[in-house]
Amino acid sequence: MIKYIGRRLLIAFVTLLTIMTLLFILLEFMPGSPFNDEKLSESQRELLNEKYGLNDPIPVRYKTFMVNVLTKGDFGVSYAIEKNAEVSNIIDKRLPLSIRFGLQALALGSVVGIILAAIAALNKNTIWDTMTTGFSVLGISIPSYVFALGLSYFLGYKLTKATGHQYFPMTFDIYQPWKSSILPTIALSMFVIATVARFMRTELVEVIGSDFVLLAEAKGLNSRKIITRHAMRNALIPVVTVLGPLTVSLMTGSLVIERVFGIPGIGDLLVTAISVNDFNIIIAVSFYYSIFYIIMQLFIDILYGIIDPRIRVAKGGQS
Amino acid sequence: MENKSEYNNKNEQNKKLLEVNDLRVDFKTHNGVVKAIRGASFELYQGETLAIVGESGSGKSVTTKVLMGILAKNGTITSGEVLYKGTDLCQITNKQFIQFRGKEIAMIFQDPMTSLNPTMTVGKQIREAVMEHTKLNRKAAKQRAIELIELVGIVNPAERYKQYPHQLSGGMRQRIVIAIALACEPKILIADEPTTALDVTIQAQILELIKSLQKQIGLSIIFITHDLGVVANMADRVAVMYAGKIVEYGTVEEIFNAPAHPYTWGLLSSVPDMANKDIDLYSIPGSPPNMLYPPVGDAFALRSEYALNIDFEEEPPMFKISETHYAATWLLDPRAPKVELPLFLRQRLQKEGAVHGN
Repeated sequence: MIKYIGRRLLIAFVTLLTIMTLLFILLEFMPGSPFNDEKLSESQRELLNEKYGLNDPIPVRYKTFMVNVLTKGDFGVSYAIEKNAEVSNIIDKRLPLSIRFGLQALALGSVVGIILAAIAALNKNTIWDTMTTGFSVLGISIPSYVFALGLSYFLGYKLTKATGHQYFPMTFDIYQPWKSSILPTIALSMFVIATVARFMRTELVEVIGSDFVLLAEAKGLNSRKIITRHAMRNALIPVVTVLGPLTVSLMTGSLVIERVFGIPGIGDLLVTAISVNDFNIIIAVSFYYSIFYIIMQLFIDILYGIIDPRIRVAKGGQS
Repeated sequence: MENKSEYNNKNEQNKKLLEVNDLRVDFKTHNGVVKAIRGASFELYQGETLAIVGESGSGKSVTTKVLMGILAKNGTITSGEVLYKGTDLCQITNKQFIQFRGKEIAMIFQDPMTSLNPTMTVGKQIREAVMEHTKLNRKAAKQRAIELIELVGIVNPAERYKQYPHQLSGGMRQRIVIAIALACEPKILIADEPTTALDVTIQAQILELIKSLQKQIGLSIIFITHDLGVVANMADRVAVMYAGKIVEYGTVEEIFNAPAHPYTWGLLSSVPDMANKDIDLYSIPGSPPNMLYPPVGDAFALRSEYALNIDFEEEPPMFKISETHYAATWLLDPRAPKVELPLFLRQRLQKEGAVHGN
């Protein structure tokens, strides 16, 4: 087991290095420079380039960058967004928000999705099944900004105007973190609900038709016990596979949701950084994305083992 | 036949445990209504093993599902009754059925490889069944589960308790399934082809186990199979099922030595026999009727070389051959022409020195 995790970590490390190298090279091909202010003269621009070491040959800059990142976790400073601010500080401020929204949406989405799936699977080929399936098709095909704008407009704006009381703030408010996180969380969780409901329904229908559920029925268990003890866990196995990458994309922030609700998260940061050529921020955010992804994959592999004993790494038992 | 009379005496002392009367089950499908069971009647006595034999699609498994109350959603019982302890199991709700299912009537299934939950230890799956119907607490139920694992002949029961199904062999898994079925000391055990998916050597072990458990616990067993070798070995009485009806039933001796229905003749003739290697192996021509459109008259007439004209017009009633032996074929009508048993069967029975002929 230790050997297995060790190997996984080593692969993860190599993957990270590759991603960063590739990004570094690709960014070299990006047109423009971080110093786009029209008021800057050619010589001032040259001076800035010199100051930040941007005139050094690529291999030298690559080496400095990598050494700093690997030894000190230092991604350098921001060139454009917040001049001379440490990139790590900027990200540290924004990351918790994105993670928080991501986890909230994940929790809400999985719970609602699993419940919907159970309703659909237990009432297969009835109106309930059609309704939940229809709902998940909508959830997957309608882009999240439509939900975001709709929620913000109807529940945030119209409802406040109609009742004179603000139940749901239209945009994110740092002083009302819970209340104002409701709408973005719902908007963000729509896709999760739809995905989980769809996968889980298919799996549940299959598991409910399986022999061991019949045996559980023959034991005299009622349907609630059959579903919770026998069907759910087996149906979860494939769902976990989809949830992994989904979680990463949720935690690293949804650009659209962050824009609509004015949430200062890292999804928003990345897009701004790309538009102004703030190289260090781009690489740093991508670095976090990759780390999340790798950790998530590892976590999911461990989760598999917990859910499905057949996948567990052999511990000398008979097989 | 001394055996038979002895059995009859025993039979009279024994009480009827389960009685199925004129059971009819329909399945609604996309293509129409499938008449899976068309008036099956049989009874089960205390402590006996009743084998229900027949080919695939004859309605054997559907019958057992009715007894367990686990009929698929598109199936309906259109008429008939299943009497157990004065209750008609066809009339009660699913909620009421829970007190019978698993507790009074238990079942073991065909394929042990898929009938256990892969994500739960086998011990817990047995314990769950124990706790469902008894008032034992967790610890006592666990103790009982370990006893049950030992009872079904698995060594190191405490170790096995903690293992998952994939860590056990097919034979051991079937033993666990049996342990689950026995968890609440049921009165009736339904075994739906319990050895079909197992190796031949393991089959024998499982059959031995079921036999010895029956003696120990006093179970009554309904044994569903298409393997006549197993029937001869296990059953006290045999019911032959064809196209949703029981066409012949009697004691195992009566069915094997003096079969009366042409379908039973066909079934018995298609068993390979080492002693009769020189005769070609018989197979019943044709295939079972499509139960979307059940045939008029005797359902087997189309495949039978002994079919009479009336077989295509009117369903034969159950003719009584002896106190225990009944068959539904017009050949038993006094007006019917005398027919000889098929050659293959006749030769075999003669070789075995059995008495035959009605």
